[in-house]
Amino acid sequence: MNIIFLTLGVSIILALIFLIAFIWAAKKGQYDDLTTPSQRMLIEDFETKKNHTKEDKVNGRDERSRQ
Amino acid sequence: MAEMKEVGSKLMDRIVYDDDIVKKFVIATILWGAAAFLVGLLVALELAYWKANLNLPWLTFGRIRPLHTNAAIFAFGGNIIFAGVYHSTQRLLKTRLYSDTLSRIHFWGWQLIIVGALITLPLGYSQSKEYAELEWPIDVAIALVWVIFAVNFFGTIAIRRVKHLYVAIWFYIATIITIAALHIINSIEIPVSLLKSYPVYAGVQDALVQWWYGHNAVAFFLTTPFLGLMYYYVPKAANRPVYSYKLSVIHFWSLVFLYIWAGPHHLLNSALPDWAQTLGMIFSLMLWAPSWGGMINGLLTLRGAWHLLRTEPIIKFLAVAVTFYGMSTFEGPLLSIKSVNSLAHYSDWIIAHVHGGTLGWNGFLSFGIIYYLVPRLWNNKMYSHKLMNTHFWVGLLGILIYYISMWAAGITEGLMWRAVDANGRLVYPDWVEIVMRVVPLYYVRFIGGALYLTGFLLLIYNVWMTIKTAPKEETVAAVEVPLRAEDAAVGTGHRKLEALGAIFAILLFISIAVGSVIEILPTLSIYKYLPATYKTRPYTPLELAGRDVYIREGCYVCHSQMIRKLPFDVLRFGAASTIEESMYDRPFQWGSKRIGPDLARVGGKYPDMWHYRHMMNPRDITPNSIMPSYPWLANNTIDYLSLRKKLSVMKRLGVPYDDDTLANGDIYAEKDAEKIYESLLSQDPSLTEIKDKEIIALIAYLQSMGKRTISGNGQEVSKSNR
Repeated sequence: MNIIFLTLGVSIILALIFLIAFIWAAKKGQYDDLTTPSQRMLIEDFETKKNHTKEDKVNGRDERSRQ
Repeated sequence: MAEMKEVGSKLMDRIVYDDDIVKKFVIATILWGAAAFLVGLLVALELAYWKANLNLPWLTFGRIRPLHTNAAIFAFGGNIIFAGVYHSTQRLLKTRLYSDTLSRIHFWGWQLIIVGALITLPLGYSQSKEYAELEWPIDVAIALVWVIFAVNFFGTIAIRRVKHLYVAIWFYIATIITIAALHIINSIEIPVSLLKSYPVYAGVQDALVQWWYGHNAVAFFLTTPFLGLMYYYVPKAANRPVYSYKLSVIHFWSLVFLYIWAGPHHLLNSALPDWAQTLGMIFSLMLWAPSWGGMINGLLTLRGAWHLLRTEPIIKFLAVAVTFYGMSTFEGPLLSIKSVNSLAHYSDWIIAHVHGGTLGWNGFLSFGIIYYLVPRLWNNKMYSHKLMNTHFWVGLLGILIYYISMWAAGITEGLMWRAVDANGRLVYPDWVEIVMRVVPLYYVRFIGGALYLTGFLLLIYNVWMTIKTAPKEETVAAVEVPLRAEDAAVGTGHRKLEALGAIFAILLFISIAVGSVIEILPTLSIYKYLPATYKTRPYTPLELAGRDVYIREGCYVCHSQMIRKLPFDVLRFGAASTIEESMYDRPFQWGSKRIGPDLARVGGKYPDMWHYRHMMNPRDITPNSIMPSYPWLANNTIDYLSLRKKLSVMKRLGVPYDDDTLANGDIYAEKDAEKIYESLLSQDPSLTEIKDKEIIALIAYLQSMGKRTISGNGQEVSKSNR
């Protein structure tokens, strides 16, 4: 049963180290931008090599933007 | 795979994503999904018509319900999570996965684990802890494969080309870290043999650790990864940014902080200390806010795009999935209220609740993602748009029939169990009368499940035809992505807003560690505070052998061993269960569902012969019983050989067996078995064949239930009110 004290003890020590790391990172401005990420994920990658046309073969509407 | 090219400017790479691994996981999702739903249909049929198990041990409800839940959660759910995570992460982080080799080890390792489950669970190798039934070698394999997944995922984060981590990635991180912690802590067990082990936790401790795990398996295997997938695929499919990015951040942190505390709501009104129950209930109620915040965020992502619901099957699947997420997360906290729980616990209402979540939220989200991925992965449009629509409607109808029938069954059971007349007597004292009332609903549920599977078969056909007619030529396309930050000499402004994966890992760790410590730690010393006047004796060697038969056959799937502190429970089954009664129970057998009656005080209630005849054919004793017959228990010989080893493991875990018992446990077991055998033989001289058979050990165990608590003067304390 002592194993649980061990695992939880290790967890708490880790957690404290992590907490310091978090405060350090937050001061770096981690949460400053909450607007662009949601837009950026929609931008599709530009395909440079392809031997087929997606527009012809992919189902549905507005295909270029959702490959 | 990256080849640096001068494309327009020198700051671009040209890479190829690893979509082959995504394809593999998609195919595996479809195959195991079919298996999980098919087994689900069989277990549903067995409740309506028990003979559907064909009288085969490995097809009985107790053994294959765990197969169904494990297949649905870890085989179907697991594979779609891995497919979606690997597909979306590469695109969000603009990099190929960290290691092709690790990806493949992850894939084949996971499939092997599933095959292992498929073989061992029907054979009865089970730890009897829900969604953690798999025996220790498979537990070890799960931990290893999960670590490989983690290394591959965090490695991918390390080599990413986009510094900011999109919200979906955080949900994936939460999943990986928390599942690792949950799985490992709940699986600490000591092996007895290659496929048998005992957990280090006993009784209430085991119950608490198990439901801390069990509830968070729902939270961090069926919720957070799917929310990550939602935050990627819903915006992608609708081509609209998520409604509020800020809300998604709040959703994430509040959810991971609150979820870890909710486990005790599975043990309401039980022998778990009241403060722990109340804590679980309060945190469950608080979950309403983040869950609905996320649901609203998902649905409102479709703002201005609602017309897509008319034409796009993918959007239909995703929108309905998010709606079911909202419904399930409304119902969950509601069921966590102690008074509501007293009606719903152990009943089919819980079955309705989980299937609303799994069929509606997990299933429909997965189908939407499969329909999104298949055309893109195989460069071919879906074979049939119409079949996708048909799948949607057939599946939705299936869910509704399932959900409504089980609601009705659950509330019927709950109300009949608690009905007391003016004289304070149970209105329905006869258990089987209540069962008979819900059996028609079990048939209705079967129809619902069959419709859901039918819809899925349409998906299989549609996907099969899509792949078959796909162009055979090279279909991988190279994409242009930005150079890695360290390669590109830009390090100011926006780039400085670095989202380090580790940070989220850390915060998450703190959240779960704090919740876990506060809830688990105090219960570790709980037996110190037991009244000294009562003492529970350990199981005799024969009872222990019988208990392992009980575990193997999955009796806990239908029978609880926890009489709640509720008047109608006490009236029906006897005095409420106490913590000390299960202090030597490894694993605990409190159960979560009462298809049959509670067994905590069944000891001494009926003669041995009653149990023998009941196990051979329950209908001989109780007409209309839906319990399977267990004739093989009269053929299998008791495993005396392993008893000494079992006892020594128990002793190592702190059970006070004396040296004599440890050295001669098998001999004592044989002597005890002889007595039960003689008494049965004296009543029925034809029973010469059952000497040393498992049925004897099981009877010994059943007769000990509620009978092992000894008062200070050594007298057995009878807690039965009959």
